[in-house]
Amino acid sequence: MSLSRRAALGGMAAALTAPRAFAAVKRQYRLEPVPVAHDMWMIEGATEYFTDANGGAIVNCALIRTEDGIVIVDSGPSRRYGEALLALANELDGNGVAAVVNTHHHPDHFLGNQVFADRPIHALPTTKAEAETHGDAFADNMYLLLGDWMRGTEMVPPNSAVEGGELIIGGRAFDLLPLAGHTAADLAMLDRTTGTLIAGDLAFLNRAPTTPSANLDVWRDSLDLLEGVGAAGVLPGHGPLDRIGDSLRQTRAYLDWLETTMSEAARSGLDMVEVMALPLPAEYAAMGAMPQEFHRSVVHLFGRIERRELPRADHKG
Amino acid sequence: MFVRLALAATLSASPAMALDDPQTQLVDPLKTGMWDYHQVEILGDPKDIRFDDRIRVLAPEFAEDSFNVPVLVDATAIEGVRRIVLFVDYGPVPRILTYWPGEAEAKLAFRFKIDQSTPVRAAVERNGGAWHVGAGVIDAAGGGCTAPAVAYASDDWEERLGETHGQIWPETGRARVIVDHPMDTGLADGIPIFIIEDLALKSETGEELARLELHEPVNEDPAFTFYFPDGGLGDALLVEGRDNNGNEIEATLRPRPLTQ
Repeated sequence: MSLSRRAALGGMAAALTAPRAFAAVKRQYRLEPVPVAHDMWMIEGATEYFTDANGGAIVNCALIRTEDGIVIVDSGPSRRYGEALLALANELDGNGVAAVVNTHHHPDHFLGNQVFADRPIHALPTTKAEAETHGDAFADNMYLLLGDWMRGTEMVPPNSAVEGGELIIGGRAFDLLPLAGHTAADLAMLDRTTGTLIAGDLAFLNRAPTTPSANLDVWRDSLDLLEGVGAAGVLPGHGPLDRIGDSLRQTRAYLDWLETTMSEAARSGLDMVEVMALPLPAEYAAMGAMPQEFHRSVVHLFGRIERRELPRADHKG
Repeated sequence: MFVRLALAATLSASPAMALDDPQTQLVDPLKTGMWDYHQVEILGDPKDIRFDDRIRVLAPEFAEDSFNVPVLVDATAIEGVRRIVLFVDYGPVPRILTYWPGEAEAKLAFRFKIDQSTPVRAAVERNGGAWHVGAGVIDAAGGGCTAPAVAYASDDWEERLGETHGQIWPETGRARVIVDHPMDTGLADGIPIFIIEDLALKSETGEELARLELHEPVNEDPAFTFYFPDGGLGDALLVEGRDNNGNEIEATLRPRPLTQ
């Protein structure tokens, strides 16, 4: 279904001989650069799930000025979004885009890459591999969810593998922190100039964390490390800029609650649909993308948790 | 000649009637275009049948994981349930499973592989042959039926085969069981059908309490929740089953020891 829809959209793009049918208003992203620190801006995504109204612009991106131009951290959900980021970078700095960084391989963070294919697109080696393995399937699903917003989008994986340590672009130094837990590889970046931590999706604020590729134990270890960084500010992957570390604390508290809630549910004999129907505590019900994100997490995590909580019962010995 | 004329007369008397129409024609509120066909092919064209929204089919609106779509069907509002037939309107193999609740309640939670957006129908046959049908609709990106089992791509799957986790909760009448099995549909290239076909719940003395017949769409490592009336569960519940290759499944579900 997604493939045929994608093919149909491609076909429509080619079928310019019938312009009347496609005269509808073209969906455009309006990206507003919000100053974060010296020569650093963020694009703040909607704290929602993917919808036709938000065009998939639910992610935070960072734009950081260096002597060689702008470094973009995460390229958004689509080609059109990437083009809007490029236009914005050109306005902010005459040198345009120096490099792109992908914090991890989820589609809202890297499907704008194709616009920057001729520049370095840095990511952890595992992120590169995961993008190559799952990227096309993600893109198909995004076409299904977002339709015309995705027109012309092709998955382009990162083209430069980086490890932890120092990364200097245009004279500006970053500490790369190779972490994991939200996915198999999550890259966090500390900007040495301003002390700002770009946390990717290891940190969420007032938007429910997502868990399709999560390992909760590893994620908590990563949060430990990030809390020890002592950043002057945290740019979470989703949600507003965080000056006091709330995003790290809230994300940890939510992950703990998820695990405890599902473990107790498994021990009391509930099945997935019943777990989804459990009432959310007010603090989590108020987060963006709830209760849908909790329902998704039940599907992602409950199977492993129930297997751990329920005793072996077969006679295999 | 006479026969043909008679046939023509019959056809013109009821012009909407085709040869494969069900004998009792229902108006499908979901209008999928598949209902009449399934009513004949899956349910055997019963005469006494109606849609009934007292049967609840609970599932998330969107299939987050097309390999594991959770469903809870609750037909406890229907008296004298003999069996519940679960199937989808759209999918390469429509039948998911049939549940004979027996001594258990007419309620079951399970998971299945979805191939595309589709209604899930719960057709309930009562003792005496009357059918009542409920439904829920699930949106999906799909592909769950035509892909190979995920965990069984590894070499050690045979060691896990038939490994079972589960427990009973006599105070709430619940029984849960998860059986490790690839449940290969036979639709993926070069991988033959390999599924659990029968699963029965028995008392400690071997009396059958409830029974499941499973089909290809049931998820990899099938997971079920059964619901028993007050006092309907003893100290232990036996689970016995077999797959289409003759492998036996045997497990005993007990309450969790208080010390744990």
